[in-house]
Amino acid sequence: MKVTFPHMGHMWICLSAMLEYLGVEVVVPPPSSKRTLTLGARHAPEFACLPLKLNLGNFMEASELGADTILMAGGCGPCRFGYYAQVEHAILEDLGYKYRLVVMEPPQKHVGELLSKIKYITGHSSWWEVVRGIRFGYQKARMVDELERQANYLRPREIHRGSTDKAFKRALQEIIAAKHPRDLPQAGERVRKIMAQVVIKPRPVLRVGIVGEIFTLLEPFANYDLERRLGYLGVETDRSIYLSEWINDHLFLGLVRGLRSRKEACQAAPPYLNHFVGGHGQETVGSTVMYAKQGYDGVIQLLPFTCMPEIVAHSVLPRLSTELGIPTLTITVDEQSGEAGLVTRLEAFIDLLARKKGVV
Amino acid sequence: MKGYLGIDVGSVSTNLVFMDENGKIREAIYLRTRGQPIFALQEGLRQLAERLPANTIVRGVGTTGSGRFLAGIIAGADVVKNEITSHAVAASTLVPGVQTILEIGGQDSKIIILRNGVVTDFAMNTVCAAGTGSFLDQQAARLNIPIEDFGELALKSTVPVRIAGRCAVFAESDMIHKQQMGYSLPDILAGLCEALVRNYLNNVGKGKEILPPVVFQGGVAANAGMRRAFEQALGLEVHVPPHYNVMGAVGAALLAREKMAGGGTSRFRGFGVAKTRFKAGGFECENCPNLCEVVEITREGEVIARWGDRCGRWSGSLGYQENAV
Ligand code: SF4
Repeated sequence: MKVTFPHMGHMWICLSAMLEYLGVEVVVPPPSSKRTLTLGARHAPEFACLPLKLNLGNFMEASELGADTILMAGGCGPCRFGYYAQVEHAILEDLGYKYRLVVMEPPQKHVGELLSKIKYITGHSSWWEVVRGIRFGYQKARMVDELERQANYLRPREIHRGSTDKAFKRALQEIIAAKHPRDLPQAGERVRKIMAQVVIKPRPVLRVGIVGEIFTLLEPFANYDLERRLGYLGVETDRSIYLSEWINDHLFLGLVRGLRSRKEACQAAPPYLNHFVGGHGQETVGSTVMYAKQGYDGVIQLLPFTCMPEIVAHSVLPRLSTELGIPTLTITVDEQSGEAGLVTRLEAFIDLLARKKGVV
Repeated sequence: MKGYLGIDVGSVSTNLVFMDENGKIREAIYLRTRGQPIFALQEGLRQLAERLPANTIVRGVGTTGSGRFLAGIIAGADVVKNEITSHAVAASTLVPGVQTILEIGGQDSKIIILRNGVVTDFAMNTVCAAGTGSFLDQQAARLNIPIEDFGELALKSTVPVRIAGRCAVFAESDMIHKQQMGYSLPDILAGLCEALVRNYLNNVGKGKEILPPVVFQGGVAANAGMRRAFEQALGLEVHVPPHYNVMGAVGAALLAREKMAGGGTSRFRGFGVAKTRFKAGGFECENCPNLCEVVEITREGEVIARWGDRCGRWSGSLGYQENAV
């Protein structure tokens, strides 16, 4: 069995760590690229959203490398994501791919459901081993998130353009290279040293929160490297969802304490959006409210074209924006989006924030 | 004479203005880009140099428009800004207190909302050609009337015909239908203006609070029929500023002045660049599956700028960063 899974930012690092630790053979799809998108878009329904098209492309590319089993998350409505695993599998079958599908539904009651799915893939591992494997993967997710946060802080302040990204790449390798939980502390130490080498100078920066649909938030290919671009425009960013937070909320049911959780975001959403609308719609609204209260200069909402929960959130943002005095910009992505238009909108938005704050 | 140069390189037109130190526009040049931005820019610079007195000193250069990075490299810009900021700066300088800018150019349209002199919101539509200058040009050509007469003819209408304006294709077929039914040309043209304005307000302007003073700019503002249609739809007076079709360039010049206010020398390469041989080439990088189309600018055969790569492999190698200017 050679297991693959779709890309979503750096999620592959945490998933491969867990699976490989448990002795499963893993095929990481090549990083999402134009080719991935072209392959996926060619065979996906036109009005499916970008994540489905990219997932599909990932699976097709992974199959070229010998993958035969797909590990994919499930979900519940009204967002369509819940049936993507099945749809993608059906499309692949029609195309003649022989893939076995394992769907991990988010556990409804307790973590046992999740454990048994993972145990199914690993076969012979003991329960105890499975728990340790998950823990290992999760620790890596925490480290990667921390690294991303640091990069987002450093980029707008770096003296040599690109030095943060160079360090980031090297640091990431250290995390990837750790093959055992006991190697993690030293890897962490090396990561800290690498990042400390980035030379920065204090300068006024804008602070922008990024909210929206999780896949587009986490996958730089889908969002045109939004965080990096903003960093280069002199903006420090915070993302409303990091991978480890998502895992804790959705797979561990909030077991890990002391992490930012979707609960706070959802509680902050009323009176603008009082109930669950699927996906991360309510979190998007709530996080925007929280960013406004924390004194952020602006908020950018990201969503794949036709994403229903986010469209609902989008329709709420103008009122919220006026009442709380926080400018918002919505960016919709699909296989048709062009880079030039995105750059113009981003720059104009950042100019707007800069002039408002007086840091031109 | 001393002053500032503003350059707006768009997909349809390339505009240059020279603004003196008092903020007065001394020269304005409007050229068609015709898919050759470098040629258009050099031609513009050549014409400008001819018109300006010999002792002219350029104290700063600003570029804007979709070709702003390219123009910035070629001319040697001190500031490179997106078209929304440039248009807003220009409008609020020429029409103090402006709160809404309606901008319709050759290929795209946008709305910019300002409050207290600051842009607070904007929206752009670059996807659909309905309601942009190119579409009007096309219709004028089809009806066999010079585009300059379009607006005046539309104003003669007393009962505009209702035309479906959601999409360029529908608008055209509906117009043909109305023509065959025998409606007068002015009524059809006025109806088209109304349809385009409806389309604009429902798409680009959706959800925006349009408050006076309202400025209408961009090439299409020349069309008096469009202006009247806006006034009727909004119930507000609509101003068309004097340099309505080169506002991007005016804004770029103003931004250059702002940037150079602190002193320093301009990076302007001089009007002589009109004679230098620049070439924009490109290639597809095959180093990874992204297959980025990398743009490469050469001056006299030497590569001076590259961009378009996702990974920084090419742009980074020259030390040029597209956002650094
Ligand atoms: S420029 Fe970079 S990202 Fe683009 S194709 Fe080449 S290697 Fe890939």
